[in-house]
Amino acid sequence: MSSDWPLYEVFVRGKRGLNHVHVGSLHAADDEMALHHARDLYTRRNEGVSIWVVKAADITASSPDEKDPFFAPSGDKVYRHPTFYDIPDNVPHM
Amino acid sequence: MSLELKFEETIAHDQRIEPRDWVPDAYRSTMVRMIAQHAHSEIIGMQPEGNWITRAPSLRRKAILLAKVQDEAGHGLYLYSAAETLGADRGELTEKLIAGKQKYSSIFNYPTLTFADVGVIGWLVDGAAICNQVPLCRSSYGPYARAMIRICKEESFHQRQGYELLMTMMRGTPEQREMVQEAVNRWWWPSLMMFGPPDADSSHTAQSMAWKVKRHTNDELRQRFVDMTVPQAEALGVTLPDPELKWNAARGHHDFGEIDWAEFKQVVSGNGPCNAQRVAHRKAAHDDGAWVREAAAAHARKIDERQRSAA
Repeated sequence: MSSDWPLYEVFVRGKRGLNHVHVGSLHAADDEMALHHARDLYTRRNEGVSIWVVKAADITASSPDEKDPFFAPSGDKVYRHPTFYDIPDNVPHM
Repeated sequence: MSLELKFEETIAHDQRIEPRDWVPDAYRSTMVRMIAQHAHSEIIGMQPEGNWITRAPSLRRKAILLAKVQDEAGHGLYLYSAAETLGADRGELTEKLIAGKQKYSSIFNYPTLTFADVGVIGWLVDGAAICNQVPLCRSSYGPYARAMIRICKEESFHQRQGYELLMTMMRGTPEQREMVQEAVNRWWWPSLMMFGPPDADSSHTAQSMAWKVKRHTNDELRQRFVDMTVPQAEALGVTLPDPELKWNAARGHHDFGEIDWAEFKQVVSGNGPCNAQRVAHRKAAHDDGAWVREAAAAHARKIDERQRSAA
C-alpha cells in the first residue's frame, strides 16, 4: 500500500538565483527515494537545479482558521511601507 | 463572517481555495471526484499507448512514446497529490478505481489496433484533453489549477508528436495513408464523447460552474474542439467521418452530426471494448508491485532503526 510510505512535500529551485518553490508532493519509503522520485516526477524537462524534500508531517503551518488574528500585528503598521512618507517631488533618487 | 460566507466570497473574488481552507462538504467531494477521475484517466491512459512501446517502428518513435507514457504517469501523480490536499488517501483512491467505484475517461476503453492509433491519440485524444484542461488552469481549487498548468505545458508535446507521426505516415505508402484514415474513423466519435454528456443531461455542470471548478460547459468545449480540428484534418489530408460536418457561417461554427450517446453510456457503465482488461491490468500491476512497496518500507525501517541505535 503506497499509503504506508510517508508523504513528502517537494521544493524545486528552478535556476540559480531563485528560491526553492513548493511544487507538489509524493510518497516515498525514505528520504533518498523521495529525492529520486522528486527528480523523476517534477524535473523531467530541466525544471530544476536543486530539490528539497521534507516529510509533510514535519512541516508546521499557520492555521487558515486563525489567519486574520495571526497576521493582524502587521495590519496596522502602515509606517513600515515607503509610501507612508511624503517626500517633495524635487528631491531626487528617493 | 461565517465560514460559508468567507468561502463564497473567495470564489466570487476569483481567488483560489487553498488546502485546509474551510469548504462545504459538497465542494470537497466534487473536487475529490473530479481530480480522482482525472488522475485515474492519466494512469489508465498509459495502457493503450503502452501497448505499442515494444513495437514502435524506430528507436526515435520508441523514445518519444516512452517519454509520453512516462508523462501520463507523472500527470496522474500530480493529480493524486492534489487530491491528497483535500484529505483523500492515495491508496484508497487506487482501490476505488480497481473496485470500479470511481471512473476514468471512457476514451481509454477503446483498443489501439495499429501504430497509427498512437498518432491519432496524440492528435485527437490529447487535443480534446487540452481543450478540456486549459480552462481548468483557472479552476477555483488552487492545487488542482496548479497541477493543470504543469500538465497543459506537457500535453502540447503529446499533441505535436502525434500530429507529426501522422504527417510522416501520410507521406508514406497508400497502405500507411489508409491506416491513418482508418484510425481517424475509429477515434473521431469517441474523442467527441470525451467532453461528457450534452449540457442538458450533465448532472454536475451547473454546480461546478457556480463554484468556478469548471469554466465552460461540455457542449461549448466540444464545439471549440471541432472548430480547431477541422483545419488540422484538412492539412493532414484525412476525412473526419461525419457527413453532416460543415461550416455554418451564420453560427460562425461547424455543425456536426449527432453523437451516439447510447454507446457512450455503455462504455461509461463498463461495457466498452476494453473496460475489463484495463482495470484487470491496473489491478495486476498494483498487486504485483505490493512486494516492492513492502520491501522498500522494511528497508527504510531497518535503516532508521540502525541509525537510532548508533546514535
